[in-house]
Amino acid sequence: MAFEPKIVGFLCNWCSYTGADLAGVSRIKSAPNVRIIRTMCSGRVDPTFILKAFQLGADGVIVMGCHLGDCHYQDGNFKTIRRIPFLKRLIQGFGIDSRRLRLEWVSASEGDRFAKVVNEMTEEIRGLGPLQLYVHKVALNAGQHEMAE
Amino acid sequence: MAKPRLALYWAASCGGCDIAVLDIHEKILDVANAFDIVFWPVAMDFKYDDVRRMEDKSIDLCLFNGAIRNSENEEIAHLLRAKSKALVAFGSCAMEGGIPGLANNTTKEEILRFVYKDSPSTVSSNGGVYPQQRTAMPEGEIEIPLLWNTVRSLDQVIDVDYYIPGCPPVPTQIWGVIEYILSGKPLPPKGSVLGAGVKTCCDECKRERQERKLKQFFRPFEIEAKPDECLLDQGIVCMGPATRDGCGALCPTANMPCRGCYGPPPNASDQGAKMVSALSSIIDAHEPEEIERILDQLVDPIGTFYRFSLAHSILRRSEKV
Repeated sequence: MAFEPKIVGFLCNWCSYTGADLAGVSRIKSAPNVRIIRTMCSGRVDPTFILKAFQLGADGVIVMGCHLGDCHYQDGNFKTIRRIPFLKRLIQGFGIDSRRLRLEWVSASEGDRFAKVVNEMTEEIRGLGPLQLYVHKVALNAGQHEMAE
Repeated sequence: MAKPRLALYWAASCGGCDIAVLDIHEKILDVANAFDIVFWPVAMDFKYDDVRRMEDKSIDLCLFNGAIRNSENEEIAHLLRAKSKALVAFGSCAMEGGIPGLANNTTKEEILRFVYKDSPSTVSSNGGVYPQQRTAMPEGEIEIPLLWNTVRSLDQVIDVDYYIPGCPPVPTQIWGVIEYILSGKPLPPKGSVLGAGVKTCCDECKRERQERKLKQFFRPFEIEAKPDECLLDQGIVCMGPATRDGCGALCPTANMPCRGCYGPPPNASDQGAKMVSALSSIIDAHEPEEIERILDQLVDPIGTFYRFSLAHSILRRSEKV
């Protein structure tokens, strides 16, 4: 069976989630690979959520928020703009390609941009192939360490 | 009434935890009075066969230190679990992999290659001789334990009743736990962390925090830290915000940043993720280029943020590509 990337998307409630909604009601076609999780702000996306997504089998994680200056909470996305590059370095340390984590700004009126970003990310992850981690092998082997080795 | 039976064991550890038990000083005599010590490889002469001959659940309390990184560690962990009523993961290594867990940042092959071939202290004429699992000797075949590629914490191998964090646990906290158990009070619920607090190292630290925003970070040797100001405020990466309290902020008191040995605080599962979060909020930059320039100063994120907890973190080891 051909590889279909599993991507987890954390979308802020005020801009990007509404942007995704707009893409839907405007009937813009986009890849179905992103599983959207609505958060109140992209600044609410704790690095733990992202590591957890990779642990549970996500091939990629995309975080979307309001454009800089448009944050509903004034400066929530300025935390995100520092956190995601930092986290990219951290996951590289774990041997995960930093392209598997992406940050994009999508406003509530940018349904077309949402579709474009999702398609781009899906193709990029398709090119990178499935993410295979030690924790996945342990889970597959019901916690059997020797099998995972 | 017979005395309760106590066992102590070291797996992949440095021996510091056993020293920490002795660091309760003369109170060790109270321990010897109150308990029947049935197994303690570092201090007393017992053999594994002595433990194998014991009845199941006949050890009342087992303090197990050290991570699990070879077949011997694992075998004895299973053995002591079967023989013990209450088993405690004692110290950072048993609780979350500890310093040996940093081996998960590389592979078994790389470690063996460096130690037996490439390290400057390897004698070149012997270079390349790797440990053999089985060797024929005149007296018969001898066997050494098999080294795993991945280091694990104790609770990834067996069921653990309690945890005592620290590298090593602070002697006053060790004595506090032993005193509590001797008092006969009901034991805390299974899975509890004993001998530590429920806040962070910062809550115990006496230094003054002003929550400065930073453009520059330093490694401890690069600047001389001021004695009363928060180390993070001075740009020194201190693990305090992502570390459980209980040690009395020993390192910051001695002018060194917290290294994170007490593990993540309650409700946090990954020290590195929490540290990324904490440092991201104090970086003073809004432009991507400047953010990257500041992040460049934070060398070795895995080794710094997961110094003690890599094996027990969400991703547990790095994949070498």
